[in-house]
Amino acid sequence: MSLHTYTLPAPFDNAPVHLVGSRAPWPLLVLLMIAFGVVPLLGSDYWLNAILIPFLVLSLAGLGLNLLTGYTGQTSVGSAGFMAVGAFATYNLLLRVPVLPLPVALILGGLFAAAVGWVVGIPSSRIKGFYLMVTTLAAQFFLEWIFSKFPWFYNNASSGTISAPNLVLFGHDLNTPTHRYLFTLSVVTLLTWVAVNLVKSQIGRNWMAIRDMDTAAAVIGIPVDRYKRQAFTVSSFYLGIAGALWAFFYLGTASASSFDINRSFQILFIIIIGGMGSIAGNFIGAAFISLLPILLSFAGQVLLGGAIDTGQIQNLQKIIFGTLIIWFLIKEPDGLVRLILNLRERLSVWPLRF
Amino acid sequence: MTFFIETLIGGLLAGTMYSLVAIGFVLIYKASGVFNFAQGAMLLFAALTFVSLREQGVPFAAALVLTVVVIAIGALAIERWILRPLVNRSQITLFMATLGLSFIVEGLAQGLMGAEVRALDLGIQDTPVMFGDIMVSHFDLVAAATATVLVTVLALLFNKTRVGVSLRAVADDTRAALSIGINLNRIWQIVWAVAGSVGLVAGLLWGARQGVQFSLSLVVLKALPVLIIGGFTSIGGAIVGGLIVGAAENLAEVYIGPFIGGGITPWFAYFIALAFLYVRPAGLFGERAIERV
Amino acid sequence: MTGATTQDSHTILEVNNISLSFKGVKAISDLSFSVRRGEICALIGPNGAGKSSLLNILNGVYHPDAGEVVFESEHFHRIHPLEAARRGIGRTFQNNALFKKLSVVDNLLTGLSRFMRTNLLEQAFRLPRAHREEWVFREHAESVLEFLELQSYRDVAVGHLSYGLQKRVELGRALIASPRLLLLDEPMAGMNAEEKQEMSRFIADINRDLGTTVVLIEHDIGVVMELCGHVVVLDYGLKVGDGTPAEVQTNPEVIAAYLGTVH
Repeated sequence: MSLHTYTLPAPFDNAPVHLVGSRAPWPLLVLLMIAFGVVPLLGSDYWLNAILIPFLVLSLAGLGLNLLTGYTGQTSVGSAGFMAVGAFATYNLLLRVPVLPLPVALILGGLFAAAVGWVVGIPSSRIKGFYLMVTTLAAQFFLEWIFSKFPWFYNNASSGTISAPNLVLFGHDLNTPTHRYLFTLSVVTLLTWVAVNLVKSQIGRNWMAIRDMDTAAAVIGIPVDRYKRQAFTVSSFYLGIAGALWAFFYLGTASASSFDINRSFQILFIIIIGGMGSIAGNFIGAAFISLLPILLSFAGQVLLGGAIDTGQIQNLQKIIFGTLIIWFLIKEPDGLVRLILNLRERLSVWPLRF
Repeated sequence: MTFFIETLIGGLLAGTMYSLVAIGFVLIYKASGVFNFAQGAMLLFAALTFVSLREQGVPFAAALVLTVVVIAIGALAIERWILRPLVNRSQITLFMATLGLSFIVEGLAQGLMGAEVRALDLGIQDTPVMFGDIMVSHFDLVAAATATVLVTVLALLFNKTRVGVSLRAVADDTRAALSIGINLNRIWQIVWAVAGSVGLVAGLLWGARQGVQFSLSLVVLKALPVLIIGGFTSIGGAIVGGLIVGAAENLAEVYIGPFIGGGITPWFAYFIALAFLYVRPAGLFGERAIERV
Repeated sequence: MTGATTQDSHTILEVNNISLSFKGVKAISDLSFSVRRGEICALIGPNGAGKSSLLNILNGVYHPDAGEVVFESEHFHRIHPLEAARRGIGRTFQNNALFKKLSVVDNLLTGLSRFMRTNLLEQAFRLPRAHREEWVFREHAESVLEFLELQSYRDVAVGHLSYGLQKRVELGRALIASPRLLLLDEPMAGMNAEEKQEMSRFIADINRDLGTTVVLIEHDIGVVMELCGHVVVLDYGLKVGDGTPAEVQTNPEVIAAYLGTVH
């Protein structure tokens, strides 16, 4: 290590070194134990298929976007485009190179998305803010177009769709909801752990430095352009994996239109509502966004006895989403995660008031 | 050659419509620094309101006036409940708020007035007009003329009226404008109402073409490359940008499209915009800010 | 960048005929001076004299229209901020440029980025090398915290700190990379007398104990006279004085341009 060693006048007397995360995170371990051990036993197929798997995948996609937008400060509205790359790449890898085990194909799919992300990130050295955001929008439309115009990508299927290959993990069939749930959960857990490591590392600090003030970051010796591209790359890797999981572990059959601009917005909303620059926020935001529609249609049925048609429920959903987004931006720019933390703080001091 | 010129002119005329949408953007961006993603939704809402009024038998002029009133009320609400609470927040935050706004407006528009395609007859015939060999759509000509008149009116409004001068003051230097007693909230209300009305005109012209329907709100996506080319702060840029995008798109679809599978209009404009961006990172007419540290 | 020449080893920094203008308005005209290794040099002058612009040129935030900067015998017409940092030029800003949402210790740690040797995968999977590097970095940060008496604010987000403390954190962020030349833009602006004393002491300690050359901008003439051995006076982008505090104080041109307006 070629770190300049210098001695400062004040003697360095082994002051306690604060290494983050050295304390065992018990609540998290309990949560994981429930997620891995209890949920598969209790959850119905409907819950696993229609709620938990999409929730997990959306959390992962949110995580990917959050690394870029929440941590590095580069707004992207092209998330779904990168998801599409992951999905179509994984599909073609499994189709054309059948010897590849599923995890390897998934990782390679993610790497393809990462490569595309790197390319899209190139202009970030020259342009900023809205102008850069429009670049991501261009990528979104271009990728959507590619995956619908060139039949090679969907193996010339007349429907233009790609279907889940036979999902096998080391000889185990993954085609039951429980198995798909467990596999998705494992991938999301692993990648979340990696993301936590990253945002607590020097790389993560560099990303946040760029987010908070990129001129100052350059002046203190952070290669800003390289780190912006890196954030695009890592973010797209996450989104690529999320895209493949979305296509094969949730939808089963997907097409370019499964990854349209509305999906990109949905993921952006997850991180706004959940919390920009927060890992836990992605999960909270994704839970919110997957549960709200279910709650609304349920409420609609209970209150109005099914008299209201689904179109109106969708319109109502839009209005509620829009209002919530504005409300969050005004009242709680740090998202639901901040709201929950504040609540916990208040609860922890609550008995003292008496 | 005739075909090329027809394609070019058709593109330029279509481009004036992009310009109209982009002008709504520029007005709002100049006055309040907001990148208004809801411009498309506002356009849809305005056009739907107008069509619904017409369907109720309201005369053309009255329907127009009533729609503008509705737009003005909307502008008041937006200023009061979105812009004012978010004052001094980052531009990205404001952008995301308009994303939320677009959801609300779209939900309201379709919830109140239905999602089906509505026919809109403005009484303009869509018959071809011949200029020598060259065939031009009559409707396109009327639309372009309307756009030109509207832009002229706006230009007069901004240069000759008190409100217009205040608006330019705000755009130039918000703090200075405040210090000489210009009421910023009032300016915002007016600008959002004017931008909404520009959206109404664009929405009607567009709606008369393809029917008034949800896809109208997607023209916002067409306007983004126009803004990139012209710069966010220049009305002239919006006009030129619109023409460039319209012409290039039409030509590309005809001459490049067939070789790469067609359907390239959704992204082609973006690629032109990116090419411009690479040469001029702040648009053709935009000003590059000097970073003060 | 062009080759090395005969800069005598006592000079660390030379500014040769630098000019800079914004949209046709001259900010700096044909400015030359040099800074000796190990000294504390003050740039003084009224607002708009071009002092901050000059610091921005020295570490590459702005590029001059003409002239060159010689640092450690290397000639630069224009230098990239990264290159400046790599060569050991540290910098603080007039209106603090800290990373507002990061804690004090994280802000300091960002200053060590150019010493980072581990890659993305090592950090992503917390491999031993990354762990070790993080430990060394934190050890460094700890000693800087102690030196600047900032330990009690270690984990506070800098956005919540007072202005004076933020200035100190920013100094720490520059200091942690052990710069050879430290550029401080109004390190004592907006401070009360006591805070100024404290900051002066830190700067003097850094200069004396670490041998760091310091170029600073300061408006408080009392502080300048006490702290600095060399003063350069700017007025409307022109140099009107250059010498020891005593020389500058008696220079009639300086008195007319600057000191006169203060008294």
